[in-house]
Amino acid sequence: MLEIRNLHVNVADQEIIKGLNLKVNAGEVHSIMGPNGSGKSTLAQVLAGRASYEVTEGEIIFEGKDLLELAPEERACEGIFMAFQYPVEIPGVANTYLLREALNSIRKYRGLEPLKHVEFARLAKEKMGIMGMADNLLKRSVNEGFSGGEKKKNEIFQMQILEPKLAILDETDSGLDIDALKVVADGVNALRSPERAFIVITHYQRLLDFIVPDFVHVLVDGRIMKSGGKELAFELEDRGYGWVEEEARKAVSN
Amino acid sequence: MGISFSKEDDGYSKGFEEFRKDAPGNGIPWMESLREEGIRKFAELGFPTPENEDWRFTNVAPIARTTFTIEKNGHKQVAPEVLNRFIFPKLKTIRLVFIDGSYTPGLSDLSDVPEGVKVLSLASALDSEEGLVKKYLSKYADFSEEAFTALNTAFMQDGGFVYIPRGTRFREPVHLLYITGKSDRATITNPRNLIVVEDNCEAEVVEHYVSLDEGVYFSNVVTELVVGENSSVGHYMIECESMKAFNVSTLRVEQGRSSNIRSHSVLLGGAIVRNNVHPVLAGEGCDSLINGLFMSTGRQHMDNYMKVEHASPHCDSRQFYNGVLDGRSRGVFHGRIIVHKDAQKTDAKQTNRNLLLSDNAQIDTKPQLEIYADDVKCTHGATIGQMDENAIFYLRSRGINEDAAREILLGAFTSGTLESIQVEEIRNYCESLVAEWFARRKGGTELDNDPR
Repeated sequence: MLEIRNLHVNVADQEIIKGLNLKVNAGEVHSIMGPNGSGKSTLAQVLAGRASYEVTEGEIIFEGKDLLELAPEERACEGIFMAFQYPVEIPGVANTYLLREALNSIRKYRGLEPLKHVEFARLAKEKMGIMGMADNLLKRSVNEGFSGGEKKKNEIFQMQILEPKLAILDETDSGLDIDALKVVADGVNALRSPERAFIVITHYQRLLDFIVPDFVHVLVDGRIMKSGGKELAFELEDRGYGWVEEEARKAVSN
Repeated sequence: MGISFSKEDDGYSKGFEEFRKDAPGNGIPWMESLREEGIRKFAELGFPTPENEDWRFTNVAPIARTTFTIEKNGHKQVAPEVLNRFIFPKLKTIRLVFIDGSYTPGLSDLSDVPEGVKVLSLASALDSEEGLVKKYLSKYADFSEEAFTALNTAFMQDGGFVYIPRGTRFREPVHLLYITGKSDRATITNPRNLIVVEDNCEAEVVEHYVSLDEGVYFSNVVTELVVGENSSVGHYMIECESMKAFNVSTLRVEQGRSSNIRSHSVLLGGAIVRNNVHPVLAGEGCDSLINGLFMSTGRQHMDNYMKVEHASPHCDSRQFYNGVLDGRSRGVFHGRIIVHKDAQKTDAKQTNRNLLLSDNAQIDTKPQLEIYADDVKCTHGATIGQMDENAIFYLRSRGINEDAAREILLGAFTSGTLESIQVEEIRNYCESLVAEWFARRKGGTELDNDPR
C-alpha cells in the first residue's frame, strides 16, 4: 500500500529525515517509536503533505501513485488521514460542517453523490456513540475550547467518519489519561481491517498495550535503526532508546 | 436646483445663507439659532486634519477639497422595483425612504406603525411634533469639537424621527433607507435621525445607506438615540455606498438605567468612511454591545472610532469589531473607553480582529483606556494577521481543497461578528451582502478607485 524509499527531508534547511525506508501493506499496523527530535512527526507531516517540509531526495508511493505529486486534499481523497499531534482550533467553523464538507469532498473525488443531511447526521451520531463524545461537540467550533482529550478523540472521530485507507496517528496518545487512551484505542481498533493500514507514531509503549502493532520501528536521527515485532516495544520501554542509538553508532563506524 | 458650496471660497457660509432660506424648521427660532450655532462652530473648527489625534489615521482632505451640491426639491424618480435590492426578504418593516436626503412618501411604508408610536420624517416632525423634537434634538450629539456634527447641525435636511412611548414593544424594525441617485455633480446630504425610546420598550432601528450609481457624494450623518430605563434597542448601520462616496456618520446613544443596546455596523462601501459610535452609559446597570464588521478593498479607507463612555456604576460594555482588508485598502479601529469617576464596577471589554487579505492592505488599531474609577474591569485586545495557514492545512488534510478552505475560514471570520444580530432576516441580509463581496472578489472585479 505504502512504500517509502530513501526519504530525505529538510525542515528550515536542516536535514531531519536522512534516508528512511518503510513498507506498509494493507491490514498492517506499524508503530514508529523514537526519542524526541528523531523525525517521527516530520514523517507524519510529510505524508500528509505539509508544504514547509521539503523532500530533497527519495520517493513515496501510495497505492501505485507518487504521493509527493499530490496536494494535501488529494492525498486525503486518495485515502490518507493524519490524526494531528496538535489539532488546530478553528473558531466559527462547526465540527459538523467541517466533517460534512470533508466527507462530501472526498466522495465527489471518488465519483459518489454527496451524503444527504439526514444520512450524515445518522452516521455522525453512530460514530459519536463509539467515541463516547457529547452531542454538543458536533455543533461547537472545531477544537475550540476542547480539552486535550476531547481534541484527540475528535481526531479519531473524524477518522471514523472519513474511513481512510491509511491512517497516521501522530502521538495521539500523548497527554491522555488512561480512560481517554482506551477510548482512542477502541476507536482505532474498530477500524482495523484487512483493507486498512495504520502508522502509529508514539513516544511511549503504553499505547501499544491497547493498539497491538504488527511491526515496531525505531527511528533515530532520521533513520529507522531497528525493526521488529511488538516485543521490541517492551524492550524499548525497559531499556530506553540509548542502546539503539549505541548500536546505530557502531553500525555506522563499521 | 442645487446650492453649491466649497471650502475655498468660504462657500459653506454662503451656501448656508442660501440653504437656510427654506430649510426645514425655518421660522422656528430655536431651530434657526441651532443651525447658526452649527455653522459658526464649523467655521471655527474647519475640517479635521491628521494633527488632530482623533483623526490621526484618516485624512479627510479629499472631502474638504470637493465642491458639493445640495439637491433641493429635486426628487429623482426612483422606480419602486429598485427597492427590492435594499429591503430585507420576508421581514415586515416600517420604512422611511429618503432620496438624495429628502423624504419620499411614495416609497415609504408606514402601515405597521403601532398605536402611540410616531415614525415620520424629521422635517414633518418639526411641524407636527415641535415640542418633542425641541426636547431632544442636538441635546446629545455635542458639536463643540466635532466639525462634521457641527456641519450636520447647520445643514440638517431631513431624516428619521422615531418616538416610542413607554411600555411599547414591537417587532417590526424601523428601516431608514437613504438612497443617493444618479448625479453628474458631487452631492452632499446631511441626514439627521432622532430616535427617542422611552422606558420599558423594545425596538429595532436600521439605518441603511445605498446608492444607485458609482458617483462621488458625501453622506454626513448624525443620529441621536435616546434609550429610556429598562428598554432594549437594536441599532443597525448598513453602509453600502458607492465606492467613490464619502460617509461620515456619528451614532450618539444615551442609555438610561438598566437599558440595553446592541449596535451593529456593517460597512462595505465608500471611498472614505468614518464610523463614530458613541454610547454614554448614563444610568446604572446598562449593557452595551458594540459590534461591527468592515470589509474594504481597492483604495477604500474605513475608520471606526468608538467612544464608549461609562458614566454610572455596574454597566457592561462589549465591543467586537472585525475587519477584512483587501487590495490597497486601509482600516482604522480606534477604541476609546472612558470610565468616569463614579462608574465603579464597570466591566468593559474590547476586541478588534483584523484579517489582511493582501500585502498592500493596512490596518491601524488603537485602544485608548481612560479610567477615573478604581474598581473596574477593562480589557482590550487586537489581532492583525493573515489567514491561519495551520487551519488551512488542517482543512486540506481532511480533503477540502485550498480555495474552499480559505472561503470557509473567511466565512467563519465574518459570520463571527454577524451572528449576534438577533433579527434573523437582517442577519441573513447582511450575510448575503458579505457573500456578494466575496463573489466579487473571487470574480476578480476590479474595485480599484482613487478619490485622491
